[in-house]
Amino acid sequence: MPADPAVEADHLVKTFGDKKAVDDVSFVVPQGTVLGLLGPNGAGKTTTVRMMTTLSVPTSGTARVAGYDVISQPDQVRRNMGLTGQAASVDELLTGRENLRMIGELYGIKPGVAKRISGELLERFSLADAADKVVKQYSGGMRRRLDLAASLVAVPPVLFLDEPTTGLDPRSRQELWDALRELVKGGTTLVLTTQYLEEADRLADEVVVIDQGRIIAAGTPLQLKDSSGQAAVVVTMSHPEDVAAAEAILAPLTGEVHVDADARQLTAPAAGLSDMTRIAEAFSASGLEIDDLGLKRPSLDDVFLALTGHRAESEPSEDAAGGSDSGTAPTEASTGKGNR
Amino acid sequence: MSTPTAGLQPGIGLTTDRPEIHPRGVLAESLVMVRRNLRHIKRQPEMLMDVTIQPIMFVLLFAYVFGGSIQIGGQSGVNYREWLLPGIMGQTMAFASFIVAIGLNNDLDKGIIDRFRSLPMSRSSVLVGRSLAALLHSSIGIVVMALTGLVIGWRIGGGPANAVLAFLLLLAFGFAMIWIGIWVGSAMRSVEAVNGVMFTTMFPITFLANTFAPPANMPTWLRTIAEWNPISALVQALRELWDNYPDLAPSAAWPLRHAVWVSLGWSVLITVVVAPLALRAYRRRTTD
Repeated sequence: MPADPAVEADHLVKTFGDKKAVDDVSFVVPQGTVLGLLGPNGAGKTTTVRMMTTLSVPTSGTARVAGYDVISQPDQVRRNMGLTGQAASVDELLTGRENLRMIGELYGIKPGVAKRISGELLERFSLADAADKVVKQYSGGMRRRLDLAASLVAVPPVLFLDEPTTGLDPRSRQELWDALRELVKGGTTLVLTTQYLEEADRLADEVVVIDQGRIIAAGTPLQLKDSSGQAAVVVTMSHPEDVAAAEAILAPLTGEVHVDADARQLTAPAAGLSDMTRIAEAFSASGLEIDDLGLKRPSLDDVFLALTGHRAESEPSEDAAGGSDSGTAPTEASTGKGNR
Repeated sequence: MSTPTAGLQPGIGLTTDRPEIHPRGVLAESLVMVRRNLRHIKRQPEMLMDVTIQPIMFVLLFAYVFGGSIQIGGQSGVNYREWLLPGIMGQTMAFASFIVAIGLNNDLDKGIIDRFRSLPMSRSSVLVGRSLAALLHSSIGIVVMALTGLVIGWRIGGGPANAVLAFLLLLAFGFAMIWIGIWVGSAMRSVEAVNGVMFTTMFPITFLANTFAPPANMPTWLRTIAEWNPISALVQALRELWDNYPDLAPSAAWPLRHAVWVSLGWSVLITVVVAPLALRAYRRRTTD
């Protein structure tokens, strides 16, 4: 018999004035899995999370967390979930340890137990050395880790994370991903919002894509990427005069080639690694000098373009790549607190 | 209605199982909040400047710079410094609203209120704790003022019961002011906006009263405003209860002639009117 789901969103709707911020959102998250809510700024991700964590009351519909209804049993929901919000919501003027102990006191956890858990969490998130420093002195990554630790003081079975890595440098992002994977290994269920396809790709078992408050696609990361079209190979030539010759090499291998002469860049569809290998071999045989050769995976923008026919309306501002691709990084937007 | 899920037992690499959760109620939670605010003061002692350096500066400025040219009408041999001190105390208490507004706005801005609201704790603990901390903060100011006053010649002359009653009136007024602070702190979108609103309202309001100079010397229309100002009733009540030259001009307005009761009445009235507005603004700010 399958276990009850850890989280269920049941036709959630939230309207602000005459604007529908969240419009009939439903999904189910099985225990011990990760759901990624993917969408651009203002898509309704944060509002959805706020409703599921009892911070905001749904206009209609409801949600259940660990089996408890967010509207009729908010207190039970709060006992069974942790929330890491967009702004690292820790007290800047307290030390890391004081922050965790305060949360423990507010839960009403026995002081001895709270002390032990705080210590272990600080250790676990590499904050032991900074535990007695005032949070003001923490780096962005340390704050996020403390925020995550603060959400775990009561060891909740379900954890909600609202854009947990927005604004973090690639290394801190990687560390946070590792920490989250550990949690999932231990059986915690995660619901996380993100603007980064890569993040959803790395962490989520299932992805729900939201645009303008509505679910426009759902599936595994692989299914999503398939729906948004092929990956592409991007070649950047060292010398402008080689661009035409490069096009002559690429065209027979890939078919259609898009040339950006100013950037000395050629883009062509590529299915995967075998295509890449053939292309790389052809170039090295030709003797033409190239600056860069890489596979460009579909970005959030591409997913959006494929799913909705319009671009995700957000301004690119931050490189989202963890540095794994040699080619062009996905260039979706980041930043912004006002995602309500 | 589904039944709670059984068997959710995550491990997060900790040696402990899920701890037992026993929320401890508004009072204990509020005290946690108060302790948090006291820690803030410990980390940033300059937060106390508004109730220490600032009022002391006012005392010194008015006592020694302007004091000589201010006439306390109708009374002979008035010690202006003694007359002034209740005024400064009233002003210090009025600024309790400022303290709450800034602190609350900061918390709302930083998202820590969301953190508290995601915990299984009482909804009101955040506000109750904030208010208690602000009263404590202002009370530190009152103690500092009293000590400064004693140094420059202020004395309590009305007997111990009256003296205590005066301090209670101050606290009651501070409590009313806190609701104004919660209102402004919840309604404004930034600390700068809070600062702007509070400076442009609270400063004139605390000066347009009998705090620093007797209203009897003001133009008629201004005098009416000053005499009906809630702060004037409070300050006049303090002067009466501490016997700090409370004599009024014969033409003084009704509120000043019944200052103790009127001051209490103002505190109740402000609380009754502003508290619902403040709670509505706070709820609006936090529930969506």
